[in-house]
Amino acid sequence: MICVNNLHKSFGKLEVLNGIDEHIKKGEVVAIIGPSGSGKSTFLRCLNLLETPTDGKILLDGEEITSKTCDIDKMREKMGMVFQQFNLFPHLSVLDNMTLAPVKLNKMSKDDAQKKALELLKTVGLEEKASEYPVKLSGGQKQRVAIVRALMMDPEVMLFDEPTSALDPEMVGEVLEVMKKLADDGMTMVVVTHEMGFAKEVASRVLFMDEGIIMEQGTPDQIFNQPTHPRTKSFLSKVL
Amino acid sequence: MQAWWNEFSADFYQNFIAEMRYMDLLNGLKTTLIITIFSVLLGFIIGFLVSIVRSTYDKTGRLKILNFICNIYLTIIRGTPVVLQLLITYFVIFASVRIDKTFAAVLAFGINSGAYVAEIFRSGIMSVDNGQMEAGRSLGLSYNTTMWSIIMPQALKNVLPALGNEVIVLLKETAVAGYIAISDLTKAADVIRSRTYEPFFPLIGVAIIYLIMVMGLTKCVSILERRLRESDMR
Repeated sequence: MICVNNLHKSFGKLEVLNGIDEHIKKGEVVAIIGPSGSGKSTFLRCLNLLETPTDGKILLDGEEITSKTCDIDKMREKMGMVFQQFNLFPHLSVLDNMTLAPVKLNKMSKDDAQKKALELLKTVGLEEKASEYPVKLSGGQKQRVAIVRALMMDPEVMLFDEPTSALDPEMVGEVLEVMKKLADDGMTMVVVTHEMGFAKEVASRVLFMDEGIIMEQGTPDQIFNQPTHPRTKSFLSKVL
Repeated sequence: MQAWWNEFSADFYQNFIAEMRYMDLLNGLKTTLIITIFSVLLGFIIGFLVSIVRSTYDKTGRLKILNFICNIYLTIIRGTPVVLQLLITYFVIFASVRIDKTFAAVLAFGINSGAYVAEIFRSGIMSVDNGQMEAGRSLGLSYNTTMWSIIMPQALKNVLPALGNEVIVLLKETAVAGYIAISDLTKAADVIRSRTYEPFFPLIGVAIIYLIMVMGLTKCVSILERRLRESDMR
């Protein structure tokens, strides 16, 4: 579904990604782990071109999104993204946060969008918050709204950029719960995370990144129980 | 006391009522308001467009040439006195054409105000967290749509006090319109002073009129501000 070929990204002289080749298949839940500064988030942000790659190709459903002729807005509709800082629109109610994009992009009528938004809110237990403004929500609630906001566009893949890193510890669980449910429903997911428990339990594949490349990858069992690369071993010994 | 009162009412009559002088003031007030309202509109339009160009350049690096032009505009306008800009507009730029003085004033004050409004808007746009743009774009919205429906409403809310202040400044700044012989409120007062040789009433009276208008504007801005703050109420 997503094909990455020889992806490079540098900020000025700083090389953040040094050639990444990766193939993400439909229905996979890929967890990306690694030390900070290893390029995990940059890699994820390259996937929907929030960062423009310096070199290399990214294909989504066989279409090259890195080509100049590609309508990136159209491609982004297929990729939902959830941010560490939630990035809800503070001037809009929860319901309007969710309906804005699908209505503006003529994907559905306002009524249909609202109906769908309320259904989605119900699945994450927040239907009574529909008319509230984001400032009244807790961090965990904001992140759950951010997830269903992305789901409004019926994306084929969901990208999560450290979705629980900005949350109080007691709120991490409720967000992971939603993500787990999403994974169980067969959503293709790419998750940059520091939650090793989530990676172990939910991911179908784990990528360990360091120094701008994928150092090691495999099933959670392989990575967590029998890591082969010394960098992976030393990283895991520190975080587990 | 009685003598003082008699003198007061005589002066009042002499300065405001006699020879229908209040009509001069009313006409002056009308001119001041017309100049202010249309310059504010023009200034907001110019400022809005310039701020879009400048912040788009800051954020994405596009619109390089337009940004350069806008920078020249800002430098010149903010680097010279508004009275001089007014004089240049009327006596130099429109030297060979007969145009309405009020129109020239609207043009001069509007173009002047636009420079300040542009920087106010731009600071508002830049004050909105970049994550908002990213969130909008990640949903598939275009740069323009995200700018319009997500960034701008937040930016506007952030700069509303500064914008209100700019309107107030402009209202008072139009008092120099007399330099090109426009009979605005200040000029009207000055004319009355020169007729009656009695500076106190016309000058203080007009100062009070300005003060009342500014207080009214301040009140309007704070009402508007409170309404826009609704989403911040915890």
